[in-house]
Amino acid sequence: MSQGQNISRRDFIKISSIFLAGSTALSAGAAQAFSGADSSVGDEGSKVVYSFCEHCFWRCGIAAHVRDGKVYKITGSDHHPLSQGKLCPRGTGGTGLLYDPDRLAHPLIRETKDGRQFYRKATWDEAITLVAEKLYGIKEQYGPGALAMLHHGYGVSFFKNMFSQIGVNKYAKPSYDLCCGPARQATVLTYGYPSDTPEGFDMKNSKYMVFFGTHFGENMHNTAVQEISEGIRRGAKIVVFDPRFSTLAGKAEHWLPIKPATDIAMMQGLMHVLISENLYDKAFVEAHTVGFDELWESVREMTPEKVSEITDIPADDIRTVAREYAFHAPAAFVHTGRRTNWYGDALQRIRAIHILNALVGNFKMPGGVVAFQKFPLVQPPPAHEHPAYEKEVHSKYPFFPEDEPSNTIASHEIIQQAISGEIKGLLIYGVNLPETMTLGRDKAIEAMKKAEFVVAVDVLPSEVTGYADVVLPECTYLERYDDLDNGRAFRTPFVALRQPAVPPMYDSKPGNQIAKMITEKWGIHGAFPPSVEKGLDKKLKLVGSSLAEIKKKGVLVMPETDLYRKPGEALNLKTPSGKVELASARLKAGGFDAVPRYTRHPEPPTGFYRMLTGRKPMLTFGRTANNRFLGDLATAKENEVWVNNRIAEKHSLENGEYVHLKNQDGVISEFPVKVKVTQRIRTDAVYMVHGFGHTSAKLTWAHKRGASHNQLISRTEIDPAMGAVGFQNNFVTFIKEA
Amino acid sequence: MVIDTRVCVGCSACVYACKQENSVPEGYCRDWVVQESGGEYPKLTMENRSERCQHCENAPCVTYCPTRASHYAEDGTVQINRSLCTGCKACMAACPYDARYVHPEGYVDKCSLCKHRIEQGLETACVSICPTGSLNLVDFNNMDEKTKELLKGKIVYRQKEHAGTEPSLQWISASNKPGA
Repeated sequence: MSQGQNISRRDFIKISSIFLAGSTALSAGAAQAFSGADSSVGDEGSKVVYSFCEHCFWRCGIAAHVRDGKVYKITGSDHHPLSQGKLCPRGTGGTGLLYDPDRLAHPLIRETKDGRQFYRKATWDEAITLVAEKLYGIKEQYGPGALAMLHHGYGVSFFKNMFSQIGVNKYAKPSYDLCCGPARQATVLTYGYPSDTPEGFDMKNSKYMVFFGTHFGENMHNTAVQEISEGIRRGAKIVVFDPRFSTLAGKAEHWLPIKPATDIAMMQGLMHVLISENLYDKAFVEAHTVGFDELWESVREMTPEKVSEITDIPADDIRTVAREYAFHAPAAFVHTGRRTNWYGDALQRIRAIHILNALVGNFKMPGGVVAFQKFPLVQPPPAHEHPAYEKEVHSKYPFFPEDEPSNTIASHEIIQQAISGEIKGLLIYGVNLPETMTLGRDKAIEAMKKAEFVVAVDVLPSEVTGYADVVLPECTYLERYDDLDNGRAFRTPFVALRQPAVPPMYDSKPGNQIAKMITEKWGIHGAFPPSVEKGLDKKLKLVGSSLAEIKKKGVLVMPETDLYRKPGEALNLKTPSGKVELASARLKAGGFDAVPRYTRHPEPPTGFYRMLTGRKPMLTFGRTANNRFLGDLATAKENEVWVNNRIAEKHSLENGEYVHLKNQDGVISEFPVKVKVTQRIRTDAVYMVHGFGHTSAKLTWAHKRGASHNQLISRTEIDPAMGAVGFQNNFVTFIKEA
Repeated sequence: MVIDTRVCVGCSACVYACKQENSVPEGYCRDWVVQESGGEYPKLTMENRSERCQHCENAPCVTYCPTRASHYAEDGTVQINRSLCTGCKACMAACPYDARYVHPEGYVDKCSLCKHRIEQGLETACVSICPTGSLNLVDFNNMDEKTKELLKGKIVYRQKEHAGTEPSLQWISASNKPGA
């Protein structure tokens, strides 16, 4: 085959609707045969099953209300610390996923006949046999490094165990690169421990909360929203730096419409005021931090006047925020935010945020930065010795985490290795790769086309399933057990159970069974417990509980931990100095800036606007895109492009009209998007919610609704220190409908 | 109800919870969320609020209902007797709050203040799910200390008071300063 010609051995296949759920009558027998076991069984066969949500990473506790074998309502679990009886729309909307008529109903195998590629319905045994053979064959021929997994979702632990049996540990969660990674690693470098979910801020006790471009309220992170609300009721002031007047900005004492991509300069300006006006906590800085002199040198020139020129925020406003922040400290904080990677320098931006926190001495103080604890779950010893891994971490980025076994490489490295041929086989669990912001749509598709074998495990016929050789239909989180969840840290450490509210519909199976079937097909037995229930029970027995006990409330909760430090208490941090590192010794040793420094980012060309993104409170990007129940409200049906009223006038755009967007590289949005003319955004940026504009016609609800933000990403900046992906240096203009 | 718009983020959890609780058909809702912004850039303001039937003490829907389907229940809420409702929409024309819709089965429907839940000693679906605690179920004839504290010193309003409907929903304005 000549180079460049027909590089794809795999074309996108539209999954025929006869393989999807809509065409299959639900077996009533299956529903009746299922015993819901323990849970509060009410009158007339109704019951409440406590579990946890999968509609976003927060994993709130839910109460699934079941009647006549159907989940008719989902509410927040009263017992779960992250929900406390409350729930966001997405949690309620679990029924929209469970009863989605587009669900994958059968295993599918790609076949070619007369030069045409198509899927055929397969039995589980056929599909599992093929997957097991292909994956093992690649491992035997090229070594375990030729296999990789991209994953998103809590069911992945079983596939990790499966792969580890044959020495594969090249796993990436794109969410790390796109969302939480920079905050995690910046916290490690500054405080010596990784940041968590919920983020370690004592919001409900805070008097002054500063946010940079994070959209709580539109990000419905249940517990965080609850705590911010409590803070507001108690009189806390909110400050929001954001080019857009977000919902949170609407609650702010000060909304500062900062010029995009200049945040680090603003943070340096705030540091300058805190230090030059002697507003910082000298005692804390002297006792518990290192690198103050180096920090001051780096911000000495960053006067409010200079920062004002860069950020487009008046110098007096910068002074006001710094002074008020210091006045309310230590019950004040600057939040690290979520979806932190914007311009490829997020590690340094979050470091700057942590430095702003350290300067006012809010560490482990009421209303400041705190370290929530996790439930100490003991892991049972493995049944078998695993084959030696090639290496534990595959990422080439020096500050990629070394202690996250489910995330050993950046997702874009996997995509690049698949394109270069180093990776031959991909297992994609719950990631709709073409619409995931990793490197944009084209690279994702190229990677899947180049790989020798791709298996997708998914619930819906999302775009990614069209590029797989085998599609394995997983049942939803409401139909299965997963591993215990002690991954969330909070005031009251807890471990939560995911348990089925109803049996799997159609011919779908839980991930725990799928992974076990593949492993056993390899001739490896005993890697999984005889049943998922027995495995969970064994783990719970190690902490003095049992599956039967946790099933009742869906969670085991420890007493509240003491979050605050005592006067004179040593911090004993796990940083090289043992102190809070204003200047990071590790970054310096790695050849990076020890203290954060503002660098200029590209500006939009004339007539183009920086494309910013976010979310709607009732949607989680792709995961809820096809959810008819959630999509039913007018505000949820499509995304809009927010355009400043002056810019709209310049381009003769009317509120409500549809336009195509074109980016700086000439990429034109496949579908048109509705214009929202508003004062709520600066003139140099536009905003659109991610997760719309789906191309898969089999997502019958999501198809062609709004425009895809991901499609318009053709430029990315990788953080050279920790490997996260920034994509906000993409600029768009408008093409009016003819 | 007292609705604290200072904390409401307009997430619509109340709307979805109501739809599930009350089997509200696709395309309809009994409560809804309004996001209102004003001012001139960069001095913008915003208020988010969850709205629904105001269970007026002088309810035009009850006055104008020709069949007495719309009526005051013993607890003071406004309810609809479906078997009496002919779907004539006189109530919809009379309601200043646009709180009603015609159910596909032919009768007019609206917020019942989750009568079935209140009778069981539960809060309404919207109140019990609200992550921000914006929604507060209040008996104005018998206000508890918590509610008095919540309202104290705040700018509180009722909607379209000039219509003389005596609505039972009160709103804590988003324009209240922190610590008000």
